[in-house]
Amino acid sequence: MREKMLNMMKNESLKAQKHMKRSSAAIVYTGIAICLLFVCMSVYMVRYASTHEIEMFDNSYNTYAIRLSREYLRGSIYSSDGQLLAYSEAEGADAASQKRIYPYGNMFAHSIGYSSHGRMGVESEGNFYLLNYHSGLSNKAQAEADSELVTADSVYTTLDTGLQQVAFDSLGVYKGAVIITEVKTGRILAMVSKPDFDPNQIDSLWNDMLNDKTNTSLLNRVTQGQYPPGSTFKIITTLEYLRENNNSYSNYHFNCNGSFTYDGSTIKCYHGSAHGSVDFATSFAKSCNSSFANIGVGLDRSMFEQTLEDLLFEKDLPYDLPSSISHTQVSESTDTHNLMQASIGQGQDSISPLHLNMITCAIADGGELMKPHLIDRVESESGSVVKNFGTESVGRLMTKEESALLTGLMTEVVERGTGTRLKSDSYTAAGKTGSAEFSTLSKGDSHAWFTGFAPVESPEIAVTIIIEGAGSGGEYAVPIAKRMFDRYFTE
Amino acid sequence: MNSYLEIYITGLSGYFLGISYILYVVLGCVILFRDDDYYNNDLMYNLQNVCMFAFHFTAFMCMCFRSGDMKLMGFYVACQLLMLGIVVVARILYPYADRLFTNNMCMLMTTGFVILTRLNYNKALKQFFIVSISMMISMGVPFVIRRFKFLHTFKWIYASIGIAALGIVLIAGTVTYGANISYTLRGITFQPSELIKIVFVFFVASGFVRARSMSEVFVTGSMALVHVLILVLSKDLGSALIFAFICVVMVFVATGNFLYVIGAGVLGGAGTLIAYRMFTHVQERIDAWIDPWIAIDNSGYQITQSLFALSSGSAWGVGLMNGNPNAIPFVEDDFVFSAIVEEMGFVVGISLLAVCMTSFIRALKMGACLRSMFYRLLAVGLGSSYIFQVFLTVGGGVKFIPLTGVTLPFVSYGGSSVLTSIILFEVLTGVSLIVQDEKDFYERENAQHDEE
Repeated sequence: MREKMLNMMKNESLKAQKHMKRSSAAIVYTGIAICLLFVCMSVYMVRYASTHEIEMFDNSYNTYAIRLSREYLRGSIYSSDGQLLAYSEAEGADAASQKRIYPYGNMFAHSIGYSSHGRMGVESEGNFYLLNYHSGLSNKAQAEADSELVTADSVYTTLDTGLQQVAFDSLGVYKGAVIITEVKTGRILAMVSKPDFDPNQIDSLWNDMLNDKTNTSLLNRVTQGQYPPGSTFKIITTLEYLRENNNSYSNYHFNCNGSFTYDGSTIKCYHGSAHGSVDFATSFAKSCNSSFANIGVGLDRSMFEQTLEDLLFEKDLPYDLPSSISHTQVSESTDTHNLMQASIGQGQDSISPLHLNMITCAIADGGELMKPHLIDRVESESGSVVKNFGTESVGRLMTKEESALLTGLMTEVVERGTGTRLKSDSYTAAGKTGSAEFSTLSKGDSHAWFTGFAPVESPEIAVTIIIEGAGSGGEYAVPIAKRMFDRYFTE
Repeated sequence: MNSYLEIYITGLSGYFLGISYILYVVLGCVILFRDDDYYNNDLMYNLQNVCMFAFHFTAFMCMCFRSGDMKLMGFYVACQLLMLGIVVVARILYPYADRLFTNNMCMLMTTGFVILTRLNYNKALKQFFIVSISMMISMGVPFVIRRFKFLHTFKWIYASIGIAALGIVLIAGTVTYGANISYTLRGITFQPSELIKIVFVFFVASGFVRARSMSEVFVTGSMALVHVLILVLSKDLGSALIFAFICVVMVFVATGNFLYVIGAGVLGGAGTLIAYRMFTHVQERIDAWIDPWIAIDNSGYQITQSLFALSSGSAWGVGLMNGNPNAIPFVEDDFVFSAIVEEMGFVVGISLLAVCMTSFIRALKMGACLRSMFYRLLAVGLGSSYIFQVFLTVGGGVKFIPLTGVTLPFVSYGGSSVLTSIILFEVLTGVSLIVQDEKDFYERENAQHDEE
């Protein structure tokens, strides 16, 4: 009896011990769970704050930027060749009195932009860096002793004053846009949009420019202009043709008598000129609309739509500043008339010079696109590099083989087609012209396009030009492109 | 020359604040991992106090330079003496108690004084008096816990107090910001739900002193549910969540059965869904959590301003008096953590979280080595209540979870919040005395056993 009792008690205490163990395990699990929760929370906090840092900095509800602008002189902006493109001046240590000065005036109006009445261009993209200070305490103390302001970090752009000057001068009084990009890095060497304005006088010009609907000087036509691509779109039609025909165009022949009619719709060649019997390369080099309309009606609509998507149509462009989305009418339900129009870049299609330049860069760089950028690096006033903006690949727009075939066709445009004005002894160039009709009412008004790159063997720069209402691309845009290439390859 | 010096002092103070905080945390971790001899860590504890004073001094000096207001130095001396007093008195009254709770409490209150002085000097002054009075009230708590061995017998008294107090608030309380959560007495707003939290922990702990059966869980669980429902009806969602969390953790530890946690999780999920459907203010908060940017003008304003503060802070902060934390509405109450990160950086912010964690882990460790179920549950319950409140307020401020509007214990401004947190830590200190007593008891018993 007594033993039984003892045994029971032993069992009881064993049970109790076991239970205590389980209870202690529960405590350990609770501890681990909460620890993990706190680690996750801390990581989330730091990650969210750092990945959204610039976005939040530029938010108009955030007062931090304003506070910094009252503490430091806004940083300077330099060109890649070391020229001062923008700087600030203040009276003594009074940060509120600071004034922004743009030594080149109109020349960099859209690319550097402005920083009052909102922001634009590098002033907008680099705003975070232009307001932050990394030059150390001793400089701050020195400035305090001299009762001066310290200057925030400087932004070094990729822009080249020489090329920018040529591009700016070449456009002359025309409205239009020029962009020159380094193919292998995506560095933008020149970016000009006209009509322009003097950013030094932005305050007095602001209201007039806002109300001026005819000139739209504030619009950066390079990134936000939406133009019909005209014959430059034949590059894309060709790419689609290559994709549907196993990268071969040798079997293609067409007899051009100046126009092409299909299903009751007619497409005419530029100025109605007949090109006679043409193969694919000649159709491309001479920019034969009839032939390309003929190619267009044979294309598969949904595959075409896919190719356009690959080339970033209907998508946000990989670019850090505002840019317009390019549109296309090609889809499963497009009727024949619109498909023919689309194939030669007329009708409802639209593209920005920046986008066309990206496609050109991809062709030049074996199909891969490097993200175009304006800022090269940020340096503190004391000269140390705060941040480097390296080359960043966006990905592949087309295969190497496709880009090689397109390069070949574009070379012939310069050799024997609409771009012969570009021929030079010192370099070989490839490109495509375009004369985009922009008015459905008065025929004959056309924007002159050119997009191309050089040298063909090992491409360095890509140039894209549009001149509004000038006429044919071969006559008006190509000579300007030549001045740009000449400048780049002779200096 | 003066301003020359000022630039160096204020410029370097950010790093100094961060480093002294990190050192404090490192010492706390060392203490945590060699805790078998509680009272042999005196050197570490003293070094912690040195870090604390260094942090305190640097912060106030920096603020004096920036603001040019020398009365702050007077306030600094008063705060410093108060902290010193708390540390010394605790040492004299309870020489064998765990000093980590007292130290962490003082460190967090120091941080609170710094940031409140920067945000609103008048509130910092008020906080000073609240802390002084609360300390006087609660200095005897460890003694009560240690000597009054019958605390676990008042189960139904705890429950009645809790439900009655919360019920009165629900019926008679004033409406403040969509939530009935306070009594107002002589201008000092008082939230009973704060203090009732501690009573509630006592209730659940005493519920499991003898039985741990299903029926016991059911009875305690339903009483807990009554508490939570009253709080939900009072629209005090933060407290409702804390009560529910305390109950789940304590049941889990009492029974060692994970199924209860799963059950509670299902119940909680369903409850949240119903609350989301029923209450517009719950919807608003959850929507503002998912995307605060589209509602930046109204329901998302607080959280986006808090995120701005966090992002401008980066690692070492913009410096005391250099930021604009007052742009966040109710910054002294609900968003004090964001203000700390903005001006003192993530280093101080995360170190502060680590300080909270060391207190919590210390409470759990105490619980795990206690053989008396009542005190074990008390330690775990109070520790969980504390850390979960920290989680709710910080998580809400950094957009990790939706906002619930609870305060950061010891740091935020507020009468009942400070008093409750101090009592909570004093109870834990009292439990640390029980740990010692138990240890001595079993050692003696074992010795007797050996002799036999």
